[in-house]
Amino acid sequence: MERIRNFSIIAHIDHGKSTLADRLIQQVGLIDERQFHDQLLDTMDIEQERGITIKSQTCSLPFSNDQGEQFELNLIDTPGHVDFSYEVSRALASCEGVLLLVDAAQGVEAQTLANLYAAMEHDLEIIPVINKIDLPAADVERVKEEIEIELGLDSDQALQCSAKEGIGIREVFEAITKRLPPPAGEAANPLSALIFDANYDSFRGTVVSCRVFEGSVKTGDTIRFLSNGATYKVEEVGVFRLKLERRSRLSAGEVGYIIAGIKTVSDTRVGDTITLDSNPCDEALPGFKEAKSMVFSSIYPIASDDYPGLVEAMEKYELNDAAFHYQKDSSAALGQGFRCGFLGLLHLEIVQERLEREFNQSIIMTAPSVEYRFVLKNGDKVTVDNPLYYPEPTEIETALEPYVRTTIIIPERYMGAVMKLCTERRGINSRFNYPTPGRIEIHFDMPLAEIVYDFYDRLKTVTQGYGSFDYEYLDHRESDLVKVDILVNHEPVDALSLIVHRDNARPRGLHICERLKDEIPRQMFKIIIQGAIGGSIIARSTINPFRKDVTAKCYGGDITRKRKLLEKQKKGKERMKMVGAVQIPQKAFVSILKTESE
Amino acid sequence: MCNDIQSPGLYIHIPFCVRKCPYCDFYSSEDTQQIDSFLDALDHEARLYQEQFKRFGSLYIGGGTPSLLSARACTRLLEIIKSHFTFTESVEVTLEANPDDISPQKASLYRDLGINRISLGIQSFDDEVLKFLQRRHTADQAGRAVSIIREAGFDNLALDLMYAVPGQSESSWRDSLQQALRCTPEHLSCYQLTIKKQTPFHTLKTSGTLKPLPDDAQEELFLQTSDFLRKNGYIHYEISNFAKNKACYARHNANYWLHVPYLGLGPSAHSFDGTARWWNNASVSKYIDLISHGTAPVQKRENLSADQRRLEKLLLGMRTRRGIELDTLSAYPQGKTVLPGLVEKGLLEIFENRIQPTTRGFLVADSLPLLFL
Repeated sequence: MERIRNFSIIAHIDHGKSTLADRLIQQVGLIDERQFHDQLLDTMDIEQERGITIKSQTCSLPFSNDQGEQFELNLIDTPGHVDFSYEVSRALASCEGVLLLVDAAQGVEAQTLANLYAAMEHDLEIIPVINKIDLPAADVERVKEEIEIELGLDSDQALQCSAKEGIGIREVFEAITKRLPPPAGEAANPLSALIFDANYDSFRGTVVSCRVFEGSVKTGDTIRFLSNGATYKVEEVGVFRLKLERRSRLSAGEVGYIIAGIKTVSDTRVGDTITLDSNPCDEALPGFKEAKSMVFSSIYPIASDDYPGLVEAMEKYELNDAAFHYQKDSSAALGQGFRCGFLGLLHLEIVQERLEREFNQSIIMTAPSVEYRFVLKNGDKVTVDNPLYYPEPTEIETALEPYVRTTIIIPERYMGAVMKLCTERRGINSRFNYPTPGRIEIHFDMPLAEIVYDFYDRLKTVTQGYGSFDYEYLDHRESDLVKVDILVNHEPVDALSLIVHRDNARPRGLHICERLKDEIPRQMFKIIIQGAIGGSIIARSTINPFRKDVTAKCYGGDITRKRKLLEKQKKGKERMKMVGAVQIPQKAFVSILKTESE
Repeated sequence: MCNDIQSPGLYIHIPFCVRKCPYCDFYSSEDTQQIDSFLDALDHEARLYQEQFKRFGSLYIGGGTPSLLSARACTRLLEIIKSHFTFTESVEVTLEANPDDISPQKASLYRDLGINRISLGIQSFDDEVLKFLQRRHTADQAGRAVSIIREAGFDNLALDLMYAVPGQSESSWRDSLQQALRCTPEHLSCYQLTIKKQTPFHTLKTSGTLKPLPDDAQEELFLQTSDFLRKNGYIHYEISNFAKNKACYARHNANYWLHVPYLGLGPSAHSFDGTARWWNNASVSKYIDLISHGTAPVQKRENLSADQRRLEKLLLGMRTRRGIELDTLSAYPQGKTVLPGLVEKGLLEIFENRIQPTTRGFLVADSLPLLFL
């Protein structure tokens, strides 16, 4: 156990975390240069495309130091976006230390701080690493100063490297082995192992990623999940190389996987403690936070025939994403589906993309909503995160919407633009800090609904990408809310309804009407799209019909081609939703989520 | 639609033109030197099918330009056909002709060979329009050709006209229609100019030199044409086709819309035996070459599933006034949902257990079947 180190790399987005991880894997010889490709650990397509890490991936690195001592370094990769703080917390709870990565050109950013606090909460040893020192814009001295002042860490202890160029990597390994403590724990104690991730394999069931704190587990053992008492016979244990590598046992201090024929996906709860059925531990391991859903949206299959497939996909998906919650939902326009809770908007987009790409589901998502609260005239209190359940307006005494405290760190020159943006988005109660010369930290109290809509995109635009942004829930505050319905040829499309502040009702309604106008193809009859609050129309657009769609000739040689075209159109139609006689393509539902600026 | 509807049709593709028209995407070659070897090959190809197809209810000699065949070649063509196949007594035998190819000698030869219907590619009685379409003939020649054909004793004459031609005025089109009526044709095909890919017109359209008429203008012309011809006693029985009476429907072409089997011989010709469709290689040289090596010149063959056949019947049915049987809806339940709305909008009518497109319905006939799926 003296030769085991469990660690994570934490960083602000884009500070080079994945590149460093890949470089470490390459240096210990798990892959050769030929196989090396950028961001190896980010296995999902979406991650590679967006350059961000969504799912934690773990890898055991066999490392021998200059003295020839063999180490097992368990690198637990963590997601790098504000939406995924829960996944970060799970990974951190399995570590003894972290590499805190700071970009040599950009310096300390909002998330660097947030990540540092998270690591401190778990009482981890912290090694600051200044990355990208090869960049022409690198300013190591300034970054060291920021590490001292803003992070309160000893900057003399900071390592310097360039993961991209392979500079200073040896020093990183040395620091991991010398400065991070080995895990504690006793292999002879009763087993307690923490589930920090789980993946579903269609052949083998659930592959549970865990950190063993006490005791050991081997093939043939009967394990028990403390939360629900379920027991399983262990089929295989092992460690993560680039693929799963079988071992005879996993002991205290080690990080690895357990396969135990767990077919019922709901039996696995990330954060749960695994013990042995025959010799259980006394209590569950601490340190896990429940993820709280902040944004809600409904998911429907495009074709209602696909509902059973979607049910299965959701069950499997949930296993891979502990922060994702869902329950059944149904809509008059879209049929049976699910109401889902997400950490934030990026999380929502990722779930959508993964369901489509990895699970081959064709889905429609509704406009994201936050959780509103209503006090009714009869004194009842109701919580509504779905416009379908908006109370009768006449019965509402008070409406409340969630507010968050935003933290925005920007170069000073963007202050005017950001202030304007925040005020437009109903931000109030602003406060400022100057963490370092030239940079400003702005706090606002702001309705979460504004952030969910398009705030982050707008912020990136007005700060040309220099703004860093985080938020935390404050409270629910009284607000003037209305429900906007969207009607297509006078039929309400319930899945397009949204709850908004009265001031936003008209612009948002118009925006949706215009978007739908662009996305719904011309049909044989006129289509009227309206936005309405109750009985009063606040927005409208019209799609004129086409009046001619016929080719002049159809003789013996034209029939096959015509039939093939029709077959193709039929397939396309299956991807459309019928509202009355109007065909609405999936992308129309998606388009209303896009904001004016895009 | 007519008698003998169940007898299959025989189509012969004569793949030669003196010059290709810039809007036409039918296959044709300008190398008329190949006509003799083409007829040799056709003889061989016909033999391949003489057991499978025997008695035809119609023969259609199309192209290309069949009327450019010399008297000798034309005589041989009919001999070849008759040596392999038999026909019903009331067989319709059509030959497509260009007005400038028609001479009294040729017309009486056609009569002697058993051809009983001439489809004359007049396109327009406006010389400006003919020039724009790069046709070989003039309006005068067209008129003369009609007289010659009538004098030779043909009592079944079909005229092909084209409209919605860029630059053509509404009055020019109306004038062409009126002149056509003066010929008292038994049958009229009025085609809106369609700019097809891989034609010189398409190139001009892409470069912006040629601007097709906007949809609403085409719609208006279509409705006016239908209205005018119906007022003059013609039946608008298919999107682009009008007949003086039911007996004058283009029997061969109507069979395509009724999903009746047909055999197509010659380059690029399509065949359908009721369950499978296949089509020949388009190039004359390739066609001749393959047959001389004892190979069928078939380029591709597809077997149609019951679903696909039903789909074809639906899409073809929506192109004819005859429409589809109301029973068809049992296979297309969605049709039951949309039918009332389409009837209300005046696109479809229900008559004697059939669903029939109206004239307005014809205008959107490519979209109607999709609504039923």
